[in-house]
Amino acid sequence: MVAETIGVSATRTPSWKRLGSMREAGLIAIILALCIAMSFASPHFLTLGNFRAMLMSFSVEGIVVVGMTILLIVGGIDLAVGSVVCFAMVLSGSLFLAGLDPWSASLIGILASSLIGCVMGFFVTVVGLNHFITSLAGMVIVRGLCLIITKGTPLSLFTLPPAFKAIGQGSFHGVPYVIIIFIAVVVLFDFLLRRATALRKVFYTGSNEKAALYSGIRTNQVKFWVTVLCSTLAGVAGVIYMSRFGAATPTFGVGMELNIIAAAVIGGASLNGGSGTILGAILGIALLSVVTSSLVLLNISVYWQDMIKGCILLGAVSIDHFLHKRKAS
Amino acid sequence: MPKPVLDIHNVTKHFGAVKALTNVSFSLHRGEIHAICGENGAGKSTLMNIIAGVLQPDEGEILVEGEAVKIASPSIAQSFGLGLVHQEIALCPDASIAENIFMAATSRQRSFLMDYRKLERKAQEVMNRLAPIDVRRKVADLSISSQQLVEIAKALTLDCRVLIFDEPTAALTEAETRILFDIIRDLKANGISIIYISHRMAEIFSLCDRVTVLRDGRYVSTERVADVTPDDVVRRMVGREITQLYPPKQQSAEVSGETILSVRGLGDRSRFLDINIELNKGEILGIGGLIGSGRTEIAEGICGLRAITDGEIRLHGQVQAIKTYTDAVEAGIVYLSEDRKGSGVFLDMSIAQNISVLNLKALTGHLGLINARGEAQLAHAFAQRLNIRMANIDTPVSALSGGNQQKVAIAKQLAVQPKVILMDEPTRGIDVGAKSEIHLLLRDLARSGIGIIVISSELPELLGLCDRVLVIREGKIAGELGADEMTEEAVIRLASGVNQSEQTRLATDHAA
Repeated sequence: MVAETIGVSATRTPSWKRLGSMREAGLIAIILALCIAMSFASPHFLTLGNFRAMLMSFSVEGIVVVGMTILLIVGGIDLAVGSVVCFAMVLSGSLFLAGLDPWSASLIGILASSLIGCVMGFFVTVVGLNHFITSLAGMVIVRGLCLIITKGTPLSLFTLPPAFKAIGQGSFHGVPYVIIIFIAVVVLFDFLLRRATALRKVFYTGSNEKAALYSGIRTNQVKFWVTVLCSTLAGVAGVIYMSRFGAATPTFGVGMELNIIAAAVIGGASLNGGSGTILGAILGIALLSVVTSSLVLLNISVYWQDMIKGCILLGAVSIDHFLHKRKAS
Repeated sequence: MPKPVLDIHNVTKHFGAVKALTNVSFSLHRGEIHAICGENGAGKSTLMNIIAGVLQPDEGEILVEGEAVKIASPSIAQSFGLGLVHQEIALCPDASIAENIFMAATSRQRSFLMDYRKLERKAQEVMNRLAPIDVRRKVADLSISSQQLVEIAKALTLDCRVLIFDEPTAALTEAETRILFDIIRDLKANGISIIYISHRMAEIFSLCDRVTVLRDGRYVSTERVADVTPDDVVRRMVGREITQLYPPKQQSAEVSGETILSVRGLGDRSRFLDINIELNKGEILGIGGLIGSGRTEIAEGICGLRAITDGEIRLHGQVQAIKTYTDAVEAGIVYLSEDRKGSGVFLDMSIAQNISVLNLKALTGHLGLINARGEAQLAHAFAQRLNIRMANIDTPVSALSGGNQQKVAIAKQLAVQPKVILMDEPTRGIDVGAKSEIHLLLRDLARSGIGIIVISSELPELLGLCDRVLVIREGKIAGELGADEMTEEAVIRLASGVNQSEQTRLATDHAA
């Protein structure tokens, strides 16, 4: 049954009203409530240092979340992002150790990540496998590549020049570069997702692939390039991690993909495609990060963290499902 | 008068603030075929879902054989002998026909192992009453119309005293419809009561005993079919006079003879062969034929959605190289799919985003960004022109009724200012009011010089709307009917390929 007003109304929903009805508002409210509660519970919570640490902790992952969200919107998924982050890191690191300058090494690392995206995109669009299986294989294969490149041992990169280390460790007027890069990526893609024609096609394809095809959209191309974008952003994150840690470990990023997918889903992305926002996904990862920080400050054992995060994911998705069902009936 | 089998008493149902049903009452006698009529949104489906236990009423009571009952779930409805044949096909595509037919029965089976041979034999018996389709075939491999038959076969096995058919013929061919009607009359003769929901007056008047009309969730009337005319029923449904169901056809003064689209020798070496179509300025050309005859495939071939091997397509005399749908849209040929929800609209996206999809290129500035104001203007212009009833242009299409969804799908095509529009089942499953609005719109478009081709399974629509009809059979043009030769019989004769004398026996022409 539907409610319809009779006649043509010439108005649009005002943007503040749309904001209010979006799940972003709910997430902001939850994060704020948690922050207020924590500021009473721990004197260390409401400090600039703690907020900077929290922001730092999810900034680099946040770049990957952006790519994952766009991929989820098109109806895909990428389980290989954790491996690709690590791959960009160890490839760039070993090229640097082999004598290449760190900037070129990083560029090659990022391009190699894009290439992995191209290969996965090929299997999805040309061979016709689904994203889940393709990226599951990708996850294992790329992790294997990391071990082959490093022969299983971590690379120590303390010889990286200070100018390069500054990306991950330095700051501009007190604001870490990592956070600046993260915010730039988020703002750029959030804007493009709302306004760019190319990314509108991502929504059409994810919402109803057949209708998109019947509307003259080359859906395979769209899916291919979004897959490449997601891997590329994972590569960028890998290089930033290398700069930040001054090391490259072949086991880095194991399980990262789950945290990233969880964040995007908490933020409103649907595994069926067609919906999701960058802002929502970033709030999703922010929520997970605030929870982690709270657990640490409350002296709760790290062993509890995964369980609590899992429950948050289940809760968020259940609430969303419930609201959707009510809206639909 | 005997006790009614089913008595609905003052049933009211809300969905949030929307009142779907207000104090609706009606009763069903033993062995009668009772039609329920109303526009989309009149509350028919809500009422049926309440009877079938899918929804619970807020107020009112339901009596089965005079006893008040509470129908809390579909399985309880089944235990009272109330069965529903869904409008939308709800089958397991990867299971066989036999497994689907006995889905309900298997859950009740006592023994641990399934006796497949027995199951298949019994399923085949039921299926044979409708059509000789092998029940071992997978449902996914069947055409839509055959799937609908499986859905009906499933209901026939349920051993019901009341059987509800919700638009059962929407996807059926004429021949299949006739077989279904025979079966329904058979059920009636065995004392089973039938509730029959349909938009099609012809069906109601040839099949049903009584007709109940609902409008805007309220009960309007119940009458014996013999006492009313189709016009009476339509009037009660819409609450206003529909003086003319179809817009006036092309006048002889308007015949220009100027060809817009010319298709010569089109073929894909599998589904259709040697198709020749001349579409003139100002006319609406109809394409008829059974479902599965290749009508849709031909349309897809013309607009690049299906690879063609032979023939050429000319637009205003110019040969067009159409390889993809994008090429067709650029040349000015657009196609409205028959499957509205599956490939016509983006349900969870807004009206504005739906209308702009084909026109993105024109709405994109040099930075690759969408011109949001232009998109809103486009949406407003078409919403107004097509009288789309909505809250505003940011409303998701899923919140609209079927008729308004279809208008959005049409607006999407018109937004690119096409030269030729191919419409596949443009009014399938939408209410009478929206239907005649769309018919009027198509006539206006034709008059403004846009070439219109309408593919339709509904003969009254084909004959009432179109100026000329091509009939397709087995991938070939079986014949062309001009204005003075267009009758239902002539179309059926060409579509089924039988002589007039044999026509009464055209039983099992299957599209599967």
